[in-house]
Amino acid sequence: MKDMASNPILSLRDLSVHRGTAKILDRVNLSLAEGETLALVGESGAGKSTIATALMRLLDGAKVEGSAEMEGAGDLLALSERQMVKLRGRRLSMIFQDAGSALNPSYTVGRQLITVLRRNLGLSKAEARTRAVELFTSVGINDPEGRMSAYPHQLSGGMQQRVMVAIALACNPDLLLADEPTSALDVTIQAQIVRLILAQTKSRGASCIFVLHDLALASQSCDRIVVLYAGQVVESGPARDILEYHRHPYTKQLKSCVLEIGTKEVTAPEGTVPPHSEMPVGCRFATRCPRALPRCAGEAPPLQPARAGADGPLDHQFACWNPE
Amino acid sequence: MWGQALGKIAQTLVVLFVVSVASFGLLKLAPGDPIQIMLGSEYSQEAYESLTAELGLDQPFLAQYADWAVRFVQGDWGTSYVARTDIFTYAFKEALPVTLTLASFSLAFAILIGVPLGVLSAVKKDTAFDAGAAVLALTGTAFPSFLLGILLIWFFAVKMQLFPVMGYVSPWQDFWGGIYHMILPGLTLSTYFIAMITRLTRATLIEVMEQPYIAAARARGEPSWRVIWVHGVRNIAMPLVTILGLQLGVLLQGTVLTETVFNLPGIGQMLTSAVLGREYMVVQAGVMMTATLFIGVNLLVDLSYPFLDPRLRARK
Repeated sequence: MKDMASNPILSLRDLSVHRGTAKILDRVNLSLAEGETLALVGESGAGKSTIATALMRLLDGAKVEGSAEMEGAGDLLALSERQMVKLRGRRLSMIFQDAGSALNPSYTVGRQLITVLRRNLGLSKAEARTRAVELFTSVGINDPEGRMSAYPHQLSGGMQQRVMVAIALACNPDLLLADEPTSALDVTIQAQIVRLILAQTKSRGASCIFVLHDLALASQSCDRIVVLYAGQVVESGPARDILEYHRHPYTKQLKSCVLEIGTKEVTAPEGTVPPHSEMPVGCRFATRCPRALPRCAGEAPPLQPARAGADGPLDHQFACWNPE
Repeated sequence: MWGQALGKIAQTLVVLFVVSVASFGLLKLAPGDPIQIMLGSEYSQEAYESLTAELGLDQPFLAQYADWAVRFVQGDWGTSYVARTDIFTYAFKEALPVTLTLASFSLAFAILIGVPLGVLSAVKKDTAFDAGAAVLALTGTAFPSFLLGILLIWFFAVKMQLFPVMGYVSPWQDFWGGIYHMILPGLTLSTYFIAMITRLTRATLIEVMEQPYIAAARARGEPSWRVIWVHGVRNIAMPLVTILGLQLGVLLQGTVLTETVFNLPGIGQMLTSAVLGREYMVVQAGVMMTATLFIGVNLLVDLSYPFLDPRLRARK
């Protein structure tokens, strides 16, 4: 079992991201224990993917503030590009939304995996090839030998994402960032891929941050959930508590719209996220919130512990003046 | 894939046929009587008619074309009326290699200078370097090549005495001598292409660098030089090769001026004197050679696509 008291593998402190005048991420704090799986949930534009991309330091043209201490590596946001190059793919890995466009169309998938193994682990050509076939087998690619010489466009979406998983896990990273790895796939394959990523990370003892649209999928597959709205954390805590004892009205809306199972895109809660130029000074959700009080528009609610009774979980937090 | 290739080759042959009929026909319609030119100012009617018959010019158009086409393919390109030399030897064996050498040098300069410059501009987008390269590229496109050629001769050949003023040495016979004589004309002809390739490389690479597979390559720990050259530049090969093939026509046109400025005995110079002397068989030979070259290179460009982009290969 995971030891929650162990040192966190990653802790984010006041991570903010500015793009131009827009603050697309606002003082996000979170920590991730070793071997833990964390889901970032919210609508498009909530800043989920921004967190993952900022951690990889692949966020070009944006101003990033705060710190992201990774165990044994230091502050990811303060490392030099050279140090990041050494970290990426080895200790810190990422799976992208659409594997079809995240694989280079000009090279075979085998070559792309072998390159990672040879460059990052220093394996010989023959060793890397053997290891690549093993990896392809472990992520459930049938005919792994034959698929080595396939180009990305010759594979189905599910197979492409399996290749991405193999590449991301090739060097046994300590932390995997999965940025909506299933949003480009059919519903039937989505569950397979999520299960595959979880099984592979668990068996390696790696920690994982899952960026997801879907609260139900998140609560089934992850240990903890962080709900984001318009660049801010509105609620976070153990997966079960978020699903069943959520306090924030936005989490409730996310949950209720998730019940329509079978649709590929999750139907969004009513209304839309206000544009950054019109962001309310108070609670950012106030414009759409059914429980909004006069106070909400002018005063931003802080995150507070949600201890319901003495046996409530310690790390369940929410930010709302008028909670459920 | 082979079916596609055969289709393209057949298409090319049709284009070649049309071009050959057009070049044959247009020159027939051009003013000026070649028989008169050959015979000089004083001649008898009998001499005129016998030469016309000897050259087959009294035959119907199609017969003349067929006769000409068959002999052309066999390498019998006729005799220059004025110089009384074999046109095949003059045009194909002597002039063509000069122009090919010049064109290859210009193309090599364009790629070796244009691609790195464009890549650097794309990577250093919106910096002083990028702006400087843009200004250079614009100057290169706008500057007339004959003026540049004369300036280069004046500075590097006359003042600095680094390179020869003019003349041609075959790199097949004297490799270094050939290169030495080709540097100034090659640069002169290639300025436009260096500029064009710089701009094209920059624009296409900026687009490619925004693709998710570039971010994914960085996420795997690839250092930036590999991200740019292995993942980026590999994916601009196709537009680059396409434009190079299409612009070859402009390059061949440019050889006319460059060959004149540097006194290189190539197709450009040959065509200039042939047009002025109304030697239409020489003009035909020149037109056919440049047209075949252009069409042939673009066929190669077409055939290279499946090698440049795996997505264009037929699924097995």
